Order: sequence, then C-alpha cells, then structure tokens
Amino acid sequence: MSEKNKIKTLLVKKPLKLDCGQTISNFPLAYETYGKLTDKKCNAILVFHALTGDQFASGTNPITKKDGWWNYALGPGKAIDTDKYFVIAANVIGGCMGSFGPSDINPETKKPYGTNFPVITINDMVNAQYNLLEHFKIEKLFCVIGGSMGGMQVLQFVSNFPNKAHTAIPIACTASHSAQNIALNELGRQSIMADRNWQDGFYEEQNKQPDKGLAVARMAAHITYLSKAGLQEKFGRKLQERDDLKFSFDADFQIESYLRYQGSVFVDRFDANSYLYITRAMDYFDLTKKFGGNLSKAFEKSDTKFFIISFTSDWLYPTSENREIVIALNAIGKNVGFVEITSDKGHDSFLLDVPDFLKTVRNFLNKSYEKI
Amino acid sequence: MKKEFYNIAKLVTKNSKILDVGCGNGELMKYITENISKDIRGIELSKSNVQKCIEKGLTVIEGDAEKDLKQFPNSSFDFVILSQTLQAFLDPENVLNELLRIGKKAIVSIPNFGHWKVRLHLLLKGTMPVTENLPNEWYNTPNLHMCTIKDFENYCKQRNIKINLKNLKFQNLFSELGIFILEK
Repeated sequence: MSEKNKIKTLLVKKPLKLDCGQTISNFPLAYETYGKLTDKKCNAILVFHALTGDQFASGTNPITKKDGWWNYALGPGKAIDTDKYFVIAANVIGGCMGSFGPSDINPETKKPYGTNFPVITINDMVNAQYNLLEHFKIEKLFCVIGGSMGGMQVLQFVSNFPNKAHTAIPIACTASHSAQNIALNELGRQSIMADRNWQDGFYEEQNKQPDKGLAVARMAAHITYLSKAGLQEKFGRKLQERDDLKFSFDADFQIESYLRYQGSVFVDRFDANSYLYITRAMDYFDLTKKFGGNLSKAFEKSDTKFFIISFTSDWLYPTSENREIVIALNAIGKNVGFVEITSDKGHDSFLLDVPDFLKTVRNFLNKSYEKI
Repeated sequence: MKKEFYNIAKLVTKNSKILDVGCGNGELMKYITENISKDIRGIELSKSNVQKCIEKGLTVIEGDAEKDLKQFPNSSFDFVILSQTLQAFLDPENVLNELLRIGKKAIVSIPNFGHWKVRLHLLLKGTMPVTENLPNEWYNTPNLHMCTIKDFENYCKQRNIKINLKNLKFQNLFSELGIFILEK
C-alpha cells in the first residue's frame, strides 16, 4: 500500500463558500477515526488539530512514522478513551496531510496551486469539517475538543452550529488573535518568504523547497510554545557535546542544537505554503468581529456545555485570554466550567504528559457522558 | 456532609438556579444537584478543590470571588450561596454587594464571634479565642473580618438589606454559626 493510500479522504462535493469570496467544491478532506461509533451515534468526538497537526492524532502516523500528535491524551484507555468514544480528526483545509491545500494540483494549470490557493479562515476549516457529521450521519456530537488553533475551531464550531455538540472543550486558545500572536506568525511567514527557494510560493513546480526559511519559522515558533522556566530547567546554559565555548557560530549551546533539530525535522513533514496559509487563518481569527465586538453574541444560540482549560505558563494564549471566553459565556448564563492547570511546559502543555490536565479532560468527558 | 450544608440546602427551592461561591470540594453542590436542583455551579479558588468538583461531575469555574463575580449579570441566579468565607475576604462589603446584585437572594453563613464560648475564652483567658469553629491562632487565621451575628444584623439594617433573623439575642449568644437569607 502506498503512503498516500493510508490517508482516508472524504470528497466534499457540496460547494463551500469561503470567507474570501471564492467557492470550492469537490475537494478532498482527509480524516482519521479512532474507536467505534455506537448504534445510537451518541459517542462521537470531533478533535481539531493545531497549526502543524493533522488527522493522525493517536497511534503512529503512517506517513511520518512518528507518534500521533495527541498520543498522551487520545487512545485506548487514555483521557479521551477510544475504547469508549468514537473520535474523528480531520486535516484542516489549507493543510498538507491530504486535505485540499496549496500543494494540490490546480486542474486549470495542471500545476500546484502555490500562492494561487485561496486564503482560508478558521470559519472555512470548520465549515469544511462539518461535512464529516453528515458523512457519518451523526445528529449531535458528544464533544468538540482541541488546543491552540484547535481550540479556536472549537469556538467557531459551536458558534456556527450551536446545537451540534453536547460539550465543547477549547484548550489554551483565544477568541481573537492578539497583536503579539499576529506578530509572531508574521515573523514565521517573513522567514519563509525570505528564503530564495520560496519563489513567490511556486517552489514545487521548480523542484525547490524553502527549507531554511521554514526551519527558522519553526524554530521561532517553537520558542513560543515553551516557557522561560521550562527552557531554563531543560537547557540552562548547557553546552552541546563540548567542554567549552568554540568562539564560533556553531551550536555551542544545547538549546541552539535543539532548535536546529526541531527546525530540520519539521521541514520533512510540513509544507511551507501550508504554514503561510494556516498562520494567516489564525491571524484572521476574531470570533467577535461578526458580532460587533461582543463575544457573548457568538454563543447566544448555543446549548453546548463548555469546559475551558488554560495553563499557568502559557504566554502565547495566556489564562487571561481563555478567561475572556468564560466571562462572555457567564454574561449570558451559559453552562461553563473553567480550570487553569499548573504546568511549566508552556503552551505545549496540552500536547504533553501533564497528569493534571489529562485527569481533568478524562473526568469532564466521563462525567458529562453519563448525563447525556 | 456537615450540618451547616443540610441547613443551607433546606433554604434553596426546587430547580432554582444557584451559584455556590467558594464551593470548596463541591460537597454541598453535589448534594443540591442530586436532591434539589441540577442548575447549580460553583466558583472556587483552590486548584485542588476545583479538581475534586470536576471529579464529581460538577460545573465549576476556577476563580476568585473578590474579582470574578462581576462577570455575572444582575439577578442571574435565584440563590447565591456563600458559606463561611465572608470574613476571609479583603473587601467583604464589596463581595456582599456583588452577591446581592447577581442573586435574587443570597444565603450567607458566618462564624459567630459573639458565641458564649468565644466571649468566655477572651474574658477568662485573655487570648484570642480558638474554638472548634475558629481553629486557627491569631497569626495564621484566614479570618480578616470577624463579626458577631449582631454586628451582621446591624450592617444589614444600615444598608436596607432584608435579613431573616429571629431571636437575635439568643442566637448571638448560643449559635456558633449564623445562616441568613439576604435580599436587597
């Protein structure tokens, strides 16, 4: 079986009008499922991935041969227990793991879309994934869950489809991308675009890859996923396989070597244009925009029970921004729980082995499932 | 469950909308959910208590009553419960105002500093009273604003807060705890 055949795709025939004005149809949406759907179809959880995630949330990713990005949280017997729940995870449109994205071939030009791919939004991603409910004939999801950009999709999903999820767990996210968030994303994009191999986005047809630019983008972003205390504890000023400084620009420090490694492995699995498109979607995310700046209005029609989780050391999507969502929901009397988990692992906490976090998710899901 | 909680639970009405401020490990909320009203949620400062509430399947918001009550709209709950924490706030007056703003009724309990054991302790020993209900020493007590039932009644009178209280003199001397329903 070839690599590509390991990717399940739903061909979405129905036209989807994007926020940018273009309409797409007959596009592929790559997805993966874990666990079994009950006869009553009441145990389905839709998992939304973050910026560089994909549909392979659990087990081994058949393409990269690495662990699924949410292996700590999702799988048989885990916090999101696939012995109990039916989990669906899709690759966002604009992505590069089988869903409609900038490296797909444009039927008109017979070349990859590159930067001719339409700019997409979180709203577009969620609307595309809604087709999975119809595909599996699921009337109402038990839960929508995701961290970071996945959390933004959770919020957008509930806003767009107010009666389609019993529970929602947005984790370490925001309802509106901040200036700092946009600035950091712009740094990554400029790094990619400064790579001469980027070729205005048409690198594939020239058999080039802007690897250096993409690696630097990843390195910069990676720092924002960790906390200062976490970095200091793990690396401090430790030197990389040497006894003293080399008085050069080699990776003298372990942290340099670590970041270089993170950059180099990233380019093997991720497409530079996808990185541009997805970060753009995050920057455009402002759930309040359509509602005159009033976030509460985004959830007015919803009957979903919310549970919001943040982390103490997350400075990228800090507790204060997660709390804004709690406040907006309380202002209209919605059912909302909130907890801030103590962790020194920064924004990445939701992806890592943070026992308090995993226990919280497990308890919330299992107790809520008893009640539906 | 402690007797105080049974007494508080008796005061809330069936299927009413309730907020438990400083809900602790969720014991009272669980009892009310199972017996009186499912429409109850809590605010709790302690992370470990928040976890205990989640384990019980209760809706809880991690937060600080001194700062986080302002997010709730006026009269958004039928009852707002505050059990034995009023005296521990930096600004109890503000918290009381908030309770009466967001709740149609507030159920407030306070340890009574006017109880005869407390009075006797101070009179005879000349040291700050340490009792079953007030187990801490002066240097480590969380209670910043102790008052008697009479003090509390005076306070409510001055501010036109309706308070249900009978036999003030008797209660002020013989109740270790005062439990009141307040209304604006």
